[in-house]
Amino acid sequence: MTSLPVDWLEKDRRKLRVDASAFSDKVYEALTAACALVVPALVIAIALSIFAAAWPAFAKLGLSIITTSNWDVSGGHFGAAPALFGTLVSSTVALIIATPLAIGVAIFLSEFSPSWLRQPVGFLVDLLAAIPSVVYGLWGIFVLIPLLRQHVMPFLRDTLHLGATPFFSGPAYGPSMLAAGVILAIMALPYISAVSREVLMAVPRSQREAALALGATRWEMIRDAVIPYARSGIIGGIMLGLGRALGETMAVTMVIGNRLEISASLLSPGYTMASLIANEFSEATNDLHLSALMAVGAILFIITLIVNAVARWLVWSVARRRAQ
Amino acid sequence: MRTARSRHLVSGAMIGLTYLAAVLATLPLLLILVHLLTKGASSLSLAFFTHMPRPVGEPGGGMANAIVGTLVLIGIATVIGLPIGIGAGLYLAEKKSSPLASTVRFLSDVLNGLPSIVMGIFAWEILVRPIGHFSALAGGVALGSMMIPLVTRTTEEMLLVVPTSLREAALALGYPRWRTSISVVLRTALAGIVTGALVAVARIAGETAPLLFTAIGNAFWSTSLSQPIAALPLQIFAYANSPYDEWHQQAWAGALVLIAIVLIISLAARFATRSRFGAPVD
Repeated sequence: MTSLPVDWLEKDRRKLRVDASAFSDKVYEALTAACALVVPALVIAIALSIFAAAWPAFAKLGLSIITTSNWDVSGGHFGAAPALFGTLVSSTVALIIATPLAIGVAIFLSEFSPSWLRQPVGFLVDLLAAIPSVVYGLWGIFVLIPLLRQHVMPFLRDTLHLGATPFFSGPAYGPSMLAAGVILAIMALPYISAVSREVLMAVPRSQREAALALGATRWEMIRDAVIPYARSGIIGGIMLGLGRALGETMAVTMVIGNRLEISASLLSPGYTMASLIANEFSEATNDLHLSALMAVGAILFIITLIVNAVARWLVWSVARRRAQ
Repeated sequence: MRTARSRHLVSGAMIGLTYLAAVLATLPLLLILVHLLTKGASSLSLAFFTHMPRPVGEPGGGMANAIVGTLVLIGIATVIGLPIGIGAGLYLAEKKSSPLASTVRFLSDVLNGLPSIVMGIFAWEILVRPIGHFSALAGGVALGSMMIPLVTRTTEEMLLVVPTSLREAALALGYPRWRTSISVVLRTALAGIVTGALVAVARIAGETAPLLFTAIGNAFWSTSLSQPIAALPLQIFAYANSPYDEWHQQAWAGALVLIAIVLIISLAARFATRSRFGAPVD
């Protein structure tokens, strides 16, 4: 008589608890899904806001924003071709310098480094990515540029006689495309080397052992058995570095000289898309000027989006192959 | 036909080159740190942390407002970026191969690679332009948006390290799924997630470009979220581009403080990871 209601109660309570946890599971799932949905929402919002801001300029000027090179604010001409040129050239210079170094470090760390050196060297290279770009810029202005102007540029131009080519001709300005390229190389290096190291580590031991067993030297093993296996991942890493270099703003703005001109010589100043936006944004007086800057930003957005998407796809393709 | 001897010579030379690459790659970091220490330390004093910036010509002065401003911006960014990032990371780790998860994973990586200046334009367009003035909040939103994808991916990675057996054990004991995720899986991966969060904070602490469009800087003391706010990176940028030697000195000191903040956070992150490997995970 007394026990029956208690049993009933107990049963009800248990049922209630199961219902409650099913409900809280639903809430939990919905919450995490909502958080996850923020990411695509962010991408869409970024794209929409930039194109909305850029629309007036695109409507009025069309693609002349990147195909012409007359940037005259008061005259209403906004041709940012020199900035596009500068972005591409400074990033190319950066990759030319950074790629061999970064892959060299990655090979060193994954294959040859004594084990006591591996951690500290890896940490120091990774730390390069942690330095704020404004600090790179400061160092660039007061240390790198004087060094380039007084020693490196005269050496390249006169001692090596590279002045005969258009790429190193003319007076040696301090702030220059070369300075921007060198700073960008230092900044892109940790990204390229981190990805390269990861994909090199992912190459199976059997691949290495097979090459050595066939009589390959250690270098031949790397060249013929390891690098081909990791190639698309390394290219992905280089493209990630390229993405960094294309969009880098502060350090470049501080060392490139900010001149809207197309010059073949790396010793003369230039401009990049990101630094054009950063420099002129606060001074933009009329709506068309502002919108033209946003249009430059929109083009930069598209370029970096494509570069990054391809880079990720390449790195993933290596990871997938490893998983199989 | 190349002899064995020449092949070994080539091999030795190439290996030597990788050593050289390691030296050359670490050299810039050491140079930057040495210059920061020598040039920054000489103009660093207590006043730098407690005083406001002074006009050119007046000796002394500090960056108290910029240091506090940077901390405020980091705070707003963390409040926005951390919960959303961890939530999204949980989703990715639990629904590994759902179409939404793969999309989110891919887009997070793409977002991580986007130039920070783009985030600045975005925050300006949604929070500055409609309101009509620059604000600390807009700066925090720009930095927070950068944090979301960073935290999402590191959280996911750390959660995947947690063995499935732990999760199954908790479920077998009658824990509901959400409690399993939060008090067992998340708890186990906590140290790693803290690391990821710290790395993300270190990444955004030094960001300048997004702030040019949002927080814009402030010569005066302000901690109001609706007003423009000073930030160390902005102050360094302004001072480095000025023609005055005293300001250059201040810029070096500011850079030293900024890098100290970033390095301390990075080292803390490394320390947190180490304790993760020490913990009995399996």
